Amino acid sequence: MTDSAIVLAEGDSHFPPGIHSFDFADWFSGLSGTALTHMFTTITFVVWLSVAILIVFFLWAYRKPQIVPTKKQWMAESAYGFIRNTVAIDLMGKKDGVKFAPYLATLFLFILIMNLWAIVPGVQISPNSHIAFPALMGALSWVIYMAVGFKKHGFIGFLKLTCVPPGAPWFIYPLLIPIEFLQNLILRPITLALRLFANMFAGHLILLVFILGGFEMLNSSNFLIQGLSIFSFGMGIAMTMFELIVILLQAYVFTLLTGMYIQGSLADEH
Amino acid sequence: MIHAAEGGAGILFPIWQEILVGAIAFGLLCFVLMKFVFPMMEKTFEARVDAIEGGIERAERAQEEANQTLEEYRRKLATAQEEAAAIRDEARADAVAAKEEILVSAREEANRIIAAGHAQVEASRQQLVRELRGEVGNLAVDLAGKIIGQRLAGDADTTATVDQFLAQIADDTAETSGAR
Repeated sequence: MTDSAIVLAEGDSHFPPGIHSFDFADWFSGLSGTALTHMFTTITFVVWLSVAILIVFFLWAYRKPQIVPTKKQWMAESAYGFIRNTVAIDLMGKKDGVKFAPYLATLFLFILIMNLWAIVPGVQISPNSHIAFPALMGALSWVIYMAVGFKKHGFIGFLKLTCVPPGAPWFIYPLLIPIEFLQNLILRPITLALRLFANMFAGHLILLVFILGGFEMLNSSNFLIQGLSIFSFGMGIAMTMFELIVILLQAYVFTLLTGMYIQGSLADEH
Repeated sequence: MIHAAEGGAGILFPIWQEILVGAIAFGLLCFVLMKFVFPMMEKTFEARVDAIEGGIERAERAQEEANQTLEEYRRKLATAQEEAAAIRDEARADAVAAKEEILVSAREEANRIIAAGHAQVEASRQQLVRELRGEVGNLAVDLAGKIIGQRLAGDADTTATVDQFLAQIADDTAETSGAR
């Protein structure tokens, strides 16, 4: 059982950081090369830990709900109420908003806590910097808004709604319809996944550059460069703060866009 | 080091084991939160709205009831005042009527008493006059007889003289009482 950090520290190519920095070794080396490889790594552990934390917190906080909430109940309600009110109900209105709020809130909380691992000391890697997880959630969003659209407007009706924007002159349609089709029905889940993935991937790289760079400078034989390493570490800390903003923003953006896509499927003909 | 082996583009291809893990983990999370936690929160929100709106409704109902009671009391008070005024007026009217009646009966009584007094006085006077007429006549005759020694009793002239005399007296008396 080897941890990636140790592998990286032992390897001689850990600086500059690159795509190899996102490889995490199997915890049970016997699984490498079998179908179960990648199943038990720091990444998957963090995923399970995120889910466990959320489940335990919400079940504990909402064990005995009261009209006048306790502090923990209030925290749990705020987390749900934030997405419920500012995303779901604002976008879709009261009736549909309340219907989709549970999924959107779960999605937001899941992405948020997965993102947060990017700056948790000792972990400092978000599972969302592996494309698998953003892709999974992007695909789920796609399935949901497509299903909602087909159910509401029928197969042809929904295709027409999304691909044929009204009000355009007829000769532009041959150009417009393929673009709209590609944009609304194919690219949406991909952009959702890529946006989240790329942000977390880049964030991790930036932290690695400054922190590993700081160590690299510290290891230098030149006294001046050793002294300058403090700026590198300082930038590492500053970037961690910046990363926190990115973490919150990306979780919110993913949820908001999913909500907008569902709302677009629910909308009447415009 | 699969990514490294595949080159830079490798990071864009998801590892299916991770998708599987993510799907199971996220599915579990969705199941628990969407089945056991968020619906309960919606119920709590509703209960909270009910509690607040119910409280307002109850307060409004109590207010309305209080207003109705107040109105009723005001109405009752007004009726009572009207009744009291009516009773007072009636009593005043009764008192006036009673006073009138008493005064009338008292006046009548007084008049009757006065009239009775007058009649009695008149009767007494008549009787006195009658008695006196006979007695004075006899006395005068007796006196005259004794003085003149003559039996005049029964004589018609004498009787006429006496009557004349008495009439004169009566006239004098009447004049005196009329003058008085």
